[in-house]
Amino acid sequence: MKARVTVTLKTGVLDPQGKAIEGALGALGFDGIGSVRQGKVIDIELNDADKTAAEAKLADMCEKLLANTVIENYHIDIL
Amino acid sequence: MKTAILVFPGTNREHDMAAAVRSVSGKDPMMVWHAETEIPQADLIILPGGFSYGDYLRSGAIAARSPIVADLLEKAKQGVRILGVCNGFQILTETGILPGALMRNAGLTFICKETKLRIERDDTIFTSSYKKGQVMRCPVAHHDGNFFADDDTLKMLEDDGRVLFRYCDAAGQATPEANINGSRNNIAGIMNARGTILGMMPHPENLIEDLHGGLDGRGLFESLLEKVA
Repeated sequence: MKARVTVTLKTGVLDPQGKAIEGALGALGFDGIGSVRQGKVIDIELNDADKTAAEAKLADMCEKLLANTVIENYHIDIL
Repeated sequence: MKTAILVFPGTNREHDMAAAVRSVSGKDPMMVWHAETEIPQADLIILPGGFSYGDYLRSGAIAARSPIVADLLEKAKQGVRILGVCNGFQILTETGILPGALMRNAGLTFICKETKLRIERDDTIFTSSYKKGQVMRCPVAHHDGNFFADDDTLKMLEDDGRVLFRYCDAAGQATPEANINGSRNNIAGIMNARGTILGMMPHPENLIEDLHGGLDGRGLFESLLEKVA
């Protein structure tokens, strides 16, 4: 089973990297950009066959390591 | 008086820290590798600077899940003095021992220069050799030193007097211009509620000899090593 974990910064947490990307897109002439936020994508292959159990395991991984819940949210997709 | 310095793969300031401890206390610290499961009996545990695990995932994130950290959490609970500098501060926040997070510098650049810090308290085991309001010089060398905490956490840190160091100008004013990395409230260093654990981004261990160009950082080690002697 393949899973994709998406980690994004929480609302209200400043994202200087996103701001820099936003500025560079503007410099390239892309207009109409409201804002840019940068996150991370982590792809994980699991041996589990049970989707519910896999989701629970992935959530535990996010809480313990993959995301820093002080500043980040996470989202799990089973692919 | 025994000091233990924790070393992770990618730690690179452990010898600066050892030199500071040796210079002030006259005693050699123990070096403890991250794969150990127990920190030998020590009055002070130091997490030095560097780039543990290449800052992969987040600065300090992987180190904070090392085998040695279970015992670090236990020692923290027991009230053993802990000092985390730079990457050490990042690791302390990643373990949850200290609140908040250290994010990418607001200017996105790696900052390696001397800064000025305002001492916010002189009644702690870390700062008793300084005077409240005093401005000290202190070098920084980091890419992820932008201290973030949510509004409630920030208010708690301020109300409880847990901010010990703030980036400031020569006159001691914590201005936006003096805030080198975008940290909330110019915060450069905070301690835990019990006052036994300090995390700070600047490197006091790099300003303790005349050859360094100043002795401003020495006070921190004098405060600490005297109190735990």
